[in-house]
Amino acid sequence: MRFLSPSTLQEALEAKAEHPDAVPITGGTDVMVELNFDKRRPDTLLDLTRIAELSRWETTDDGGTRLGAAVPYSRIITELSAPAPGLAKASRTVASPQIRNRGTVGGNLGGASPAGDALPPLLATDAVIELASTRGTRRVKARDYFLSFRTTARRDDELITAIRLPAPTGPQHFAKIGTRNAMVIAVTSFALALNTEERTVGTGIGSAGPTPLRAEAAEDFLAQEIDWDAPGPLPEATVRRFGELVAAAARPIDDQRGSAAYRRHALSVMARRTLTWSITDYRKEAAPCA
Amino acid sequence: MRVNINVNGQDVTADDVWPGESLLYVLRERLGLPGSKNACEQGECGSCTVYLDDVTVCSCMVAAGQAEGREVRTVEGLAEGPGKGGDRPLNTVQQAFLDAGAVQCGFCTPGLLVQTDDLLNRTVDAGRPAPTDPEIREALAGNLCRCTGYEKILDAVRLAAARRTDTDPAGSTA
Repeated sequence: MRFLSPSTLQEALEAKAEHPDAVPITGGTDVMVELNFDKRRPDTLLDLTRIAELSRWETTDDGGTRLGAAVPYSRIITELSAPAPGLAKASRTVASPQIRNRGTVGGNLGGASPAGDALPPLLATDAVIELASTRGTRRVKARDYFLSFRTTARRDDELITAIRLPAPTGPQHFAKIGTRNAMVIAVTSFALALNTEERTVGTGIGSAGPTPLRAEAAEDFLAQEIDWDAPGPLPEATVRRFGELVAAAARPIDDQRGSAAYRRHALSVMARRTLTWSITDYRKEAAPCA
Repeated sequence: MRVNINVNGQDVTADDVWPGESLLYVLRERLGLPGSKNACEQGECGSCTVYLDDVTVCSCMVAAGQAEGREVRTVEGLAEGPGKGGDRPLNTVQQAFLDAGAVQCGFCTPGLLVQTDDLLNRTVDAGRPAPTDPEIREALAGNLCRCTGYEKILDAVRLAAARRTDTDPAGSTA
């Protein structure tokens, strides 16, 4: 096995071009499990932890955030709760402090598990993923990135370099179901983001389908139901219908963590809860100062 | 491959390292530091917790080559001062775990000691108040103990925090 540890992005891209099968590793929280249990023997490991620009985030000209792919969850929680509230909330639910010190959104996107905690907020907030190779850098919407089970739009010679998160224009929430708070792979999870400028709704469903999913019918329904000029409490029937539409968008299976029926039920509950939290936040923000 | 690491303040070299092996394996099997325990090998149990450049990590999830040139502090490096091994005075956290009876089989203990040391570094040692119970539970959420049931572990953390802030009426032992 070859171990490559480039110190610049250019070197890393050249290494990936030369060894398209190389497995990138940052926090190791997926890759090392596979190595420790002898489930995978890649010819080449490509360590990305020494490339400074992957471990930085910056504010972009449009007020959004460009998050380096190797910034660990612990830093997202402490540094990005204001500019990326949905992602920061989801990051809080990742595993344990030791894992949050290592795990990265780039790794979540690379592995593309439907249970990746960071992924539903990226769908809900319409984040954009930067994929780089020696051929150049292209941007792919998170909403177009997941193709099928653990298959993504990333090409073999590309590395995930950054995630572009739009500046929040309204409440963003995340909920996750598991047997305890810590060290849990989601039975299912849900992210909701209100875009009060464009008057649109974003959703993300985790761990209830072959990929992270959007609930587009639920998004359209809710965007029509919210009174964006004077947000008030939503009728019970509207909240319930939103939950039903989210559950209907899921494509869950029965497995060791939960049944398909339970996942749909939990999604409808989480959709109602995150909607209630979001509307409460929105009304507070929209209320004139006393 | 050869890996050079600063472990507990000393520059050490491990030879013939297989690139896919973990920092935990290097510490235990190549550098003679078996304090960090190998239990789950998938980041679930926290028994292998060490400091990597001042941040706590599960050493089973760090590829050996990722530790090249970095600073690692293991449970063996918590006790400071002159002397070797057991001759050194124990760190406050270690003494508190002994005094509170927070050790039974001992397998989870090294990870809990390192993670608790980190919690106290970030709280009382940084001029903040002693950690609350929810803060302690959150900090130790990735460290599994299957013997004591955690109550005595929580007692030990509270005791260590009190001793480090000198608010323990019984006085400080370390």
